[in-house]
Amino acid sequence: MPEHQTSNINDQTSGYLEMDLLRFTTAGSVDDGKSTLIGRLLYDSKSIFEDQYEAVKASSEQRGEEYVNLALLTDGLRAEREQGITIDVAYRYFATPKRKFIIADTPGHIQYTRNMVTGASTANLAIVLIDARKGVIEQTMRHAFIASLLKIPHIVVCINKMDLVEYKQEVFESIKKDFEAFASKLDSIDINFIPISALNGDNVVDRSKNMDWYEGPTLLYQLENIHIASDHNHIDCRFPVQYVIRPMSNEYHDYRGFAGRVAGGVFQKGDKVVVLPSGFSTKIKSIDTFGGELEEAFSPMSVTITLEDEIDISRGDMIVRENNQPQISQDIDLMICWFNARPLQVGGKYMLKHTSRDARCMVKEVAYKMDINTLHRIEDDKTLQMNDIGRIKIRTTVPLFFDEYRTNRFTGSLILIDEATNETMGAGMIV
Amino acid sequence: MKNYTLKHLQELESESIFILREVAAQFEKPVLLFSGGKDSIIVSHLARKAFWPAKIPFPLLHIDTGHNFPETIEYRDWWANEINATVIVKYVQDSIDKGRAVEEKGIHASRNVLQTVTLLDAIEELKTDCAIGGARRDEEKARAKERFFSHRDEFGQWDPKNQRPELWNLFNGKKNMGEHFRAFPISNWTEMDVWQYILAENIPLPKIYFSHKRKVFQRDGQWLADFDFMVKKPTEIVEEKIIRFRTIGDITCTGAVESTASTLEEVVQEVAASRTTERGTRADDKRSEAAMEDRKKAGYF
Repeated sequence: MPEHQTSNINDQTSGYLEMDLLRFTTAGSVDDGKSTLIGRLLYDSKSIFEDQYEAVKASSEQRGEEYVNLALLTDGLRAEREQGITIDVAYRYFATPKRKFIIADTPGHIQYTRNMVTGASTANLAIVLIDARKGVIEQTMRHAFIASLLKIPHIVVCINKMDLVEYKQEVFESIKKDFEAFASKLDSIDINFIPISALNGDNVVDRSKNMDWYEGPTLLYQLENIHIASDHNHIDCRFPVQYVIRPMSNEYHDYRGFAGRVAGGVFQKGDKVVVLPSGFSTKIKSIDTFGGELEEAFSPMSVTITLEDEIDISRGDMIVRENNQPQISQDIDLMICWFNARPLQVGGKYMLKHTSRDARCMVKEVAYKMDINTLHRIEDDKTLQMNDIGRIKIRTTVPLFFDEYRTNRFTGSLILIDEATNETMGAGMIV
Repeated sequence: MKNYTLKHLQELESESIFILREVAAQFEKPVLLFSGGKDSIIVSHLARKAFWPAKIPFPLLHIDTGHNFPETIEYRDWWANEINATVIVKYVQDSIDKGRAVEEKGIHASRNVLQTVTLLDAIEELKTDCAIGGARRDEEKARAKERFFSHRDEFGQWDPKNQRPELWNLFNGKKNMGEHFRAFPISNWTEMDVWQYILAENIPLPKIYFSHKRKVFQRDGQWLADFDFMVKKPTEIVEEKIIRFRTIGDITCTGAVESTASTLEEVVQEVAASRTTERGTRADDKRSEAAMEDRKKAGYF
């Protein structure tokens, strides 16, 4: 056996292993300073490397731009660089000694609602940018609505370009009041407001010297310290079976493990559980991982569960607690965001993915369409086109085991897939 | 109440294991693309964890350019045995001999691009419906737009402007005959995450990641290893240096850095202090601003 280098120290006490993870989304259009803000966060947290910076600088010069255009860092595709716009969701990474961050950077224009929804689906926090000169506009409301619809637990409203309004407190307070008035219509979420200038770096990483009247945290401080421990559901035990592990080896001859990612609650060895759809009761024999057995597992851990009794279980089944079961039904109400150029067909049949379960469904009706700029319900035009959001009823071929999206993002979400092209057509949130 | 939160490496690990299991559940004949580089080593390590105590339910596929470091090949066979995985090797030389690919000429000649031909042929021959790769979104700007489950048409092409949206943890691997998928379980890891994880998990690596003495010559600010198939300009002088590699790829386009980091701890410290990205040592990315996007569209890793 060749000598391959390994470490002698198994567990470093370095801070890196103590960091947690925050996923946040930013939405914005041309000129609202989103790229500058991300550039500032990456640059000031020293996450931009010299060769990346040099490459961007060279491109900027070649394009005849007067300053180093940090937007070129985030626009990855040729078409995006040519047109100077963000088309798709781009993921960015940076870390401070406290946390690691994943940014889902999404375009903000209405025609990219689907990209915003995609970026928002996995985020713990949303940054909503407001131009201090313009105040709360349609786009602001759209971004806030999407954040609320997708149940992003925290929103940070950055009132940007404060330098262009002479750093006036009245401007900040007035925009804050407008936003709060509007946000009262949204489901309750944790909202914070920060006056910033992304261009000059005021209150982004360093405290602003120009706004003594503001006593709150900087944006980075907020990102580093916001409480995210309660963002997962640790009450309702849900374990969608993803894959059955049968080693078929001498050593593990009779082993049957049910692999999956905990979607909610805390499972413990010895717990009495019920398997859906069969309804059989049994107990958890062990919670296995490659690194050894665990006493308990919680969301979003990937583990393998073995059970005391031999029960026929396959992918798509769900292990839950006897006295806390999900809803079981074939008739489901959804808020849906439509992704495809071909509109949603009432009476149309689609394939469906929900947790680890595949099914088919028929769209029974569209209850209403949302005007996502005003939050009004549109009842006279019920055609859901690309980027539209509306409320629909579907009937599935097999029962789904689900919770409302508001109580569990994993067991409350589903996607619809076109039967002919296999494209993902829409994203649904169960109400 | 207890604090039920995961540390960020645990959360990334859990996400990657979820993706690997999803691939095994949704596809019939997946393969894991293995280059002997740290990213594909991590993915195979995660695969071992995902399916334990069963074997990894798919083989490793190595596309051998014929210009691999001997240490990489030696490591590949040792590691496959260690994790009890099957290895399939396909050679770029065979594609050249069959006339399927044409060798590039000149001093920048590399078999990096030719690998795509061999890879797509292998996918067709093995009836692979999903090829798992170790690409990360932080590596390169075209890769920042990549999905976990990335659709490829019947020509193996990537259409970056028409990708399927990916929401929550719902992954749509449905496809028609002749099409396939690429899956990227460590999409959300950064270079630093990878190194910290290797350190925390004590994963053995090929020797060339660590400081060693080697005959090299300088080109475009990079140190390239001297092998007899390397075409040099008269001005390019071979000298002996203490170097290590930050990435492992084809010898013709993988640059070394001068370094005395000889242990994992030292390598991690060096990576943490580095002001350039690891892809900065890759000549294949420097061909043009969209070099990676163009190769990926054609079916590259």
